[in-house]
Amino acid sequence: MRAVKRRTMATPDAAPGPLAGDRIAAAFARCRARGEAALVTYVMGGDPDLATSKAMALACVEGGADLLELGVPFSDPMADGPTIQHAAERALAAGTTPDGVLEVAAAVRARSDVPIALMGYLNPILARGVERFADGCARAGVDAVIIPDLLPEEAGDVAPVLASRGVRTVFLLAPTSDAARVEAAARAATGFLYFVSVTGVTGARTAVAAEIGPTVAAIREKSPVPVVIGFGVSSPAQARALGALADGVVVGSAIVQRIAEGGTRKARAERVARFVRSLKRALRR
Amino acid sequence: MTVPLPGPRGRFGAYGGRYVPETLVPALEELEAAWLAAREDPAFRAELSDLLTRFAGRETPLGDARRMSADVGGCRVLLKREDLCHTGAHKVNNTLGQVLLARRMGKTRIIAETGAGQHGVATATAAALFGLPCDVFMGALDVERQALNVFRMQLLGARVIPVESGSRTLKDAMNEALRDWVTNVRDTHYIIGSVAGPHPYPALVRDFQSVIGAEARAQCLALAGRLPDAVVACVGGGSNAMGIFSAFLEEPAVKLVAVEAAGHGLASGRHGASLAKGTPGVLHGSRSYVLQDEHGQIREAHSISAGLDYPGVGPELAHLKDTGRLTLMQATDAEALEALQYLARMEGIIPALETAHAVAAAREVARALGPDGLLVVNVSGRGDKDVEQVRRALAAQAPPPRKPARRSRAGAAQRRKGGSR
Repeated sequence: MRAVKRRTMATPDAAPGPLAGDRIAAAFARCRARGEAALVTYVMGGDPDLATSKAMALACVEGGADLLELGVPFSDPMADGPTIQHAAERALAAGTTPDGVLEVAAAVRARSDVPIALMGYLNPILARGVERFADGCARAGVDAVIIPDLLPEEAGDVAPVLASRGVRTVFLLAPTSDAARVEAAARAATGFLYFVSVTGVTGARTAVAAEIGPTVAAIREKSPVPVVIGFGVSSPAQARALGALADGVVVGSAIVQRIAEGGTRKARAERVARFVRSLKRALRR
Repeated sequence: MTVPLPGPRGRFGAYGGRYVPETLVPALEELEAAWLAAREDPAFRAELSDLLTRFAGRETPLGDARRMSADVGGCRVLLKREDLCHTGAHKVNNTLGQVLLARRMGKTRIIAETGAGQHGVATATAAALFGLPCDVFMGALDVERQALNVFRMQLLGARVIPVESGSRTLKDAMNEALRDWVTNVRDTHYIIGSVAGPHPYPALVRDFQSVIGAEARAQCLALAGRLPDAVVACVGGGSNAMGIFSAFLEEPAVKLVAVEAAGHGLASGRHGASLAKGTPGVLHGSRSYVLQDEHGQIREAHSISAGLDYPGVGPELAHLKDTGRLTLMQATDAEALEALQYLARMEGIIPALETAHAVAAAREVARALGPDGLLVVNVSGRGDKDVEQVRRALAAQAPPPRKPARRSRAGAAQRRKGGSR
């Protein structure tokens, strides 16, 4: 694992610093040029172990994911539904640490230029020390960090430190966010903005495009960065409907469920790649 | 309600704040606005005061523990009898206030988390009083060890939802309540029972509990003609402690003694002593001391008392610790069990297991203060809910103490290891 990390450090793309190549912007630009919404796929780092989660992340890339989210497991994931809670429990039971997830990121980075966003709660980042965590992200070729319990107004100790290493902080918006909060998030936004499609926790269920259309349109109007829709996107048909509204669509729990169905690592990887391909096909407009 | 408000964005020094999913922010802002308006609104204050008097049974007495005083060497010990509140603990002071706020905000459903079940019962009670549907999240382990309170909540019309995730205790119940709130935030008010959680809860709950301190201070002055040398309270999340401490924060001569659960002993790693053994972190929406491993994963707390079985603590208490204002003490499971029996036999009061931790420490504090001392102990709740658990715990102890010792510090220490369930 150490060897993988060193190799990645030598990759020019992963050079730390604010001027690191903007893989996120490039990925969204490619999708835009092709007239399609970006597909953002989520895999929990270390679920059920580091090697399998690495294979699953690579399967997402192989299936056509435009951006990869890697979950950092936390003992108390208050924004997550049962699917991702259980994934976190499996990952922690396997001894997964933030360093382990960074190793997965580095392994993906060694094989692909896909933008990588870590998604994890604030406390493990604070425990690690924000500077050390930011250094680790930069070394592993991580492009952004999504912290569901970090609001723009509380991010003063975190976002600038990440930014100084060329790592973007992604903020979330929700159906309950009013105009003032949308504006504040847009002002703070780097990388992309993450619109939570349902008033609720993560989990495969039905988000209704008709209900959130005007909200997403209003956010895109204010946002200087791409806007993706996540939480509750579980099928290709749904991805297509939501993809018409935004710059990208996040699929998380539905992928985690397919990993949890079991089988050999190869069988799981094939299942995940097949599902990701079906999502990607649906997003082609 | 004259307690000072926290700093910008709900900060108590380096602690507090608001670390929650974006979805909840408008609800927290709405709650903060409703609370700030209500605390200045004479009609709201009058209605709450009337409820506290006629429904909750306030004011609660402050009375001498005469035999205990004699036993500990003459220090005058005054007991603040929150155990006499309707529902059996101080928790109702807060739930009545918050249900009034919920009604003011037009919320039509109430949710709560509960550990020992006291906050759940107090919430179910307040919800019943106002005809609001109420769901209470409770760790599955706590559902087992607090069966009586589960049934009380059900009698009061609440639905008790056992939480099977994580350690199956209070912290997991709080996670699940937060998840429910994220999902149903538009019509639901979440009544947090402790001085924890995202801003404004720590300040708001302290505000509603500050009635304890205001009464105790006035009663102490009337009884003894002076302020106490020390005020002792148990601390899980810290609502009864902040409630009584709030009236003495600006009195440097009054020692504020916060008693945490030492469980099987601080060295065992199985305890609930977040202030003594925790490190700063973010849990359940605020920054405070938490029990966590080197990777920032929250550790499971342990206490014989479900109400102290929590790996976090209110942010204001964290700040008071850092500023040196608190005196930290602990009591083990065995010491709490022993102190419960002690207060029962010495004063005719069966305290809650949570409260028994404060009683255990109070005996030490009183001995140290000596015959000229004046001590106030917050008897935060009564022990009816714990009777079955205590019976089982004592049966498991060998040999069963037929006569709980009056001078049993050494005995308690010896039983430390084998005392719990």
